[in-house]
Amino acid sequence: MLDAANTVAAMEVRDLTVRFRTDEADVAAVNGISFALAPGETLTILGESGSGKSVSLKALMGLLPRQATITGKVLLKGTEILSLPPSQLAKLRGGAVSMIFQEPMAALDPVYTIGEQIAETVVQHEGVSHRAAMKRALEMMEHVRIPSAARRLKNYPHEMSGGMRQRAMIALALACSPSVLLADEPTTALDVTVQIQILLLLRQLQEEMGMAVVFVTHDVGVAAEISDRVAVMYAGRFVETGSARDVLRSARHPYTAGLLSSTVQGVMRGKVLETIPGSPPSLAHLPPGCAFAPRCSHVAPVCVQSQPPVLVPHPGAMVRCIQDKPLHLPV
Amino acid sequence: MAKTGALDPRDRGGKAQPLLTVQNLRKHFPVRGGVLNRVKATVHAVDDVSFSVRKGETLGIVGESGCGKSTTARLLMQLIAPDEGTLIFDGDEVGATGGISVAAMRRQMQMVFQDSYSSLNPRMTMVDSIAYAPHMHGVPKRRAYEEAESLLAQVGLNPQQHARRYPHEMSGGQRQRVNIARALALEPRLVILDEAVSALDKSVEAQVLNLLRELKARFDLTYIFISHDLNVVEYVSDRVMVMYLGQVVESGPVEAIYRQPRHPYTRALLASKPSMDPDKRTTAMPLTGDPPNPIDPPSGCRFRTRCSYARDICAAAIPPLAPPMVDDGPAEHLVACVVPEAQEGRVLTHA
Repeated sequence: MLDAANTVAAMEVRDLTVRFRTDEADVAAVNGISFALAPGETLTILGESGSGKSVSLKALMGLLPRQATITGKVLLKGTEILSLPPSQLAKLRGGAVSMIFQEPMAALDPVYTIGEQIAETVVQHEGVSHRAAMKRALEMMEHVRIPSAARRLKNYPHEMSGGMRQRAMIALALACSPSVLLADEPTTALDVTVQIQILLLLRQLQEEMGMAVVFVTHDVGVAAEISDRVAVMYAGRFVETGSARDVLRSARHPYTAGLLSSTVQGVMRGKVLETIPGSPPSLAHLPPGCAFAPRCSHVAPVCVQSQPPVLVPHPGAMVRCIQDKPLHLPV
Repeated sequence: MAKTGALDPRDRGGKAQPLLTVQNLRKHFPVRGGVLNRVKATVHAVDDVSFSVRKGETLGIVGESGCGKSTTARLLMQLIAPDEGTLIFDGDEVGATGGISVAAMRRQMQMVFQDSYSSLNPRMTMVDSIAYAPHMHGVPKRRAYEEAESLLAQVGLNPQQHARRYPHEMSGGQRQRVNIARALALEPRLVILDEAVSALDKSVEAQVLNLLRELKARFDLTYIFISHDLNVVEYVSDRVMVMYLGQVVESGPVEAIYRQPRHPYTRALLASKPSMDPDKRTTAMPLTGDPPNPIDPPSGCRFRTRCSYARDICAAAIPPLAPPMVDDGPAEHLVACVVPEAQEGRVLTHA
């Protein structure tokens, strides 16, 4: 957690909103999220499809199409970046802020070798010679524990296995020592034995390089492995934030509790799974009250009338609900 | 339609006879290339796989990508023709003289796929999709549609609201419910669920898992449940089969596999599961590297290239599935490993 005055946040987001306006609909994808990230800290945004977690991440990188209307502030070491002209934003991307994706095959360029791609980024951002950049590329490949790195440098993406490509993409993202790494479900497409390798690698690299990480996932297990803090997202809002231990062990928001209890884990064979009834609301027609109210088992009349209050059960935690006591988790 | 308790007239051999017996199933895909389009290599997708499915049980098949679990499912349904192998459905050999035809087997065996959207015809409404197969198999149209609407209700969808909808008008969870209803329309005895819940959000996945359990009891079904998700397989299965590069490396009752795994690969797979507790994080990598390509796999034990217990004997011959060397567990626990230390999971000191 951030000590208000003492540290400058690696990244601070204030009241970020993203809307997509088309002729047919006005989609409120992100509805005011705020967080501050200390250097070296990992915040996981946990949510299901359509909750706005990936859109939030893309908004931070300025990667959304022009139809998107973004408001709010994103401060990178104290400097506002949303209002920067595109050329300056491009300098930040891959430099001070970097991103890794779910599909490395889509993120890497198929017609250049891995070495060329890493070197190009280094030359662009640091203005060093191609030769020095290639040397950095080799270091990075070794850094992400790719075996026989010198040989792999000359590989094209299609010549590598899935786990290796993911490592190569991480090497590319970290080549200019970013202070913030944005990770959009980087292990979702991987096999379980490879996923754990990548998670451990990210944890080690973070320790060595000290960057802050915003990690987006739908997987509670992955969140437990990687995060310092967790923000649970529903219908474009953070409904609960807190330390990973706090959120995953003693959930306070009914949605968090529902998400945890519908995640199959351990021996519960033959037991009926507790589920959340219904499905998430359409982001084009959000209700005036709590977006989770129609599915909530703790709903009160006040919930459907207006936005629930933001309660702070203890410093560093937040819950957007009419109550802030830990809910009983059936396990 | 419900037939719980009553004896199924189609049940031929009684409870003790396996519903499906698979013997020495094999499928190799040639990889062609070059100017002359010659066979350059062979993908050993499924190699000498044998198992049986008991009446009323759920058999879980688990493994990573390329292990052959989905190819196995397609071979069972005869969606692709096996190179070798025998299928025996309730005592009758499939496709043999004196046995049952492939069509007759498919009427009793249905499948649900991972991608709920691409497995539905985009130009057919939900009720059309469900009624199609029974109608083709001779059920009068009117009755087929009545039963389709009743099936929609059974899978938790309101027929008035959803029967006339097209696939693109439904959510992923709703579409998968329709796929399940369609699979049940022919009143099958065995349903193969190939990653059927893997593409769904967790809260929807739990709803569909509950539905599958209800339907299994109501219609007296037997499931083959294929998934890469270890937690889900543990939750649904009575017995589990672990596959690696086209072969079965371990099989047995779910408790034996999860509590006392005997194959080093099974152990590594289970250790790779993310912990749900931030205070009990994984600290060491259970395995290094990716699963190797099933094109021209290693000789002998296919896992030996990633196995810390590997020795000369492992390269010599493919280890047979046999009861564990050191065990007091259930008799049906089988493991394909010839190294006692590996089966025990003894910590290697020199490594």
